Amino acid sequence: MNGVWEWFAWLNQAHGINLPVFYDSYDRQRFFAGLLTTLELSALSVVASVVIGLIGAWLLGTSSIIARRLVHGYVHAFRNTPPLIQLSFLYFAVGNLLPRLEGVGGSSRPLLDGFAWAVITLSLFGGSFNVEIFRSGIEAVPASTIEAAESLGFGRWRLYRHVVLPLALRICLPALSNNLVNLVKTSTLAYAIGVPELLYVSAQVWSDTMNVREMMNLLLVAYVGIVGVLSFGLRRLETALRVPGLGTVGGRI
Amino acid sequence: MNALRVSGRFGVGMMGLLLASVLFGEVQAADGSASLLATMWKWAPLIGQGFLLNILISVVAMTLGTVAGLGLGLGQMSPIWPLRHAAQIVTQFFRNAPWLVLLFYCILLLPYEMRLGGLVVAMPAWIKATVGLALPVMGNVSEIVRGGVQALPPAQWDSAEALAFNRRQTLWMVILPQAIKPMLPPWMNLYAVLIMATPLVSVVGVEEAMTLTRFALSAENRSELLLPMYLALLIAFFAYCYPIARWTARLERRFAVKL
Repeated sequence: MNGVWEWFAWLNQAHGINLPVFYDSYDRQRFFAGLLTTLELSALSVVASVVIGLIGAWLLGTSSIIARRLVHGYVHAFRNTPPLIQLSFLYFAVGNLLPRLEGVGGSSRPLLDGFAWAVITLSLFGGSFNVEIFRSGIEAVPASTIEAAESLGFGRWRLYRHVVLPLALRICLPALSNNLVNLVKTSTLAYAIGVPELLYVSAQVWSDTMNVREMMNLLLVAYVGIVGVLSFGLRRLETALRVPGLGTVGGRI
Repeated sequence: MNALRVSGRFGVGMMGLLLASVLFGEVQAADGSASLLATMWKWAPLIGQGFLLNILISVVAMTLGTVAGLGLGLGQMSPIWPLRHAAQIVTQFFRNAPWLVLLFYCILLLPYEMRLGGLVVAMPAWIKATVGLALPVMGNVSEIVRGGVQALPPAQWDSAEALAFNRRQTLWMVILPQAIKPMLPPWMNLYAVLIMATPLVSVVGVEEAMTLTRFALSAENRSELLLPMYLALLIAFFAYCYPIARWTARLERRFAVKL
């Protein structure tokens, strides 16, 4: 590993391409901590947004008008407002109203820190899109399939668990992947409330070292890499889950 | 009509929420301070001007991105393979890079002024930010163009060839006129995404609605203003984006291909 770090030191001396995040141990530590924060932020919001999407789509299928209206209201509110303002609204305005935790020595700290608010906002933002994606997936399950399962004596829960959801998931997977990839890209917004994620630590490094050009290029490579790995994994999942025949009968969404 | 009623209901709900937050703030406010509503009214014209800048940035970025994206999208279908592969790589790159990172890239690395021949053109921050937003738009438009063209039945190409159209004529006179209709809803969706990305330029200091709201909040320095001010800003964006989203959904339904 040391050889790699030394190669970057040589790159700086010989060619003036200055990437201290590889050869300087302090910069390296904060850069990789930022990378880890970005990965955590993305993973938590991806999982939470999928859960929100499933719950929302399930509520849309229930007979309660109030539940349906609430879900519709949530979906439209979060889909049609800028995520950056949602984040500021929740972090600065709503966060300001929450009680503060008493710390040691009379100091107090907010109940939820920037990272928690970023996860909440990203999950709600991504979830609002996922609700619609899952709903359209469930609607695209052919009625004849559902009728066939009903005639075989499937109850409501078993029908959902064994017939509707497995098919709906496969139908909406391309749209879902697209949205999840977008969510990972949106995680850069946490920069605005000072969460030390990849963009934030990179900005710290380039203002300390004045190597804007190198850091910007490294940042682009890093994000294109993260997004590439995620979309590659999701595409593999799509292939692995493919059911022969589905997708040729109007399942192409 | 139904859409109007639904958006009316949303409007009433949003306004109710705003009023409730203002009332909540008035109760919290210390005695003797100016009313929240009056304070917000005082800042409204300035923030409104900022919002116009958001719209201007979105329109310019959309225009630039669409023109460049159309070229890139057609490049993705070029019969010349180096051009096709290059266009595909560029498209994937600009689609996969986060908007905020591309924005920083343009703000920090574009020059302050550009020389076009003997002419020196100044590049203020908002122009650079607009270019930064146009880049991801370009990547996405490129994919929309490719999707729209490839969704057409291949027989259209064959029939045009049988009628002795050359490739350029086929593209401009047969394929693109038909592909525009299915491309319209995703293109409008992209515009909605773009207008919702314009507050990002506040991070790099362009004086649009978000920057000015923060400015107003720090000038007033009253914590009870936070909730209504940010809520008002959210409502402004919602009022602009929601009709576009409804219209897009309607077009989508109308253009949907029945299988």
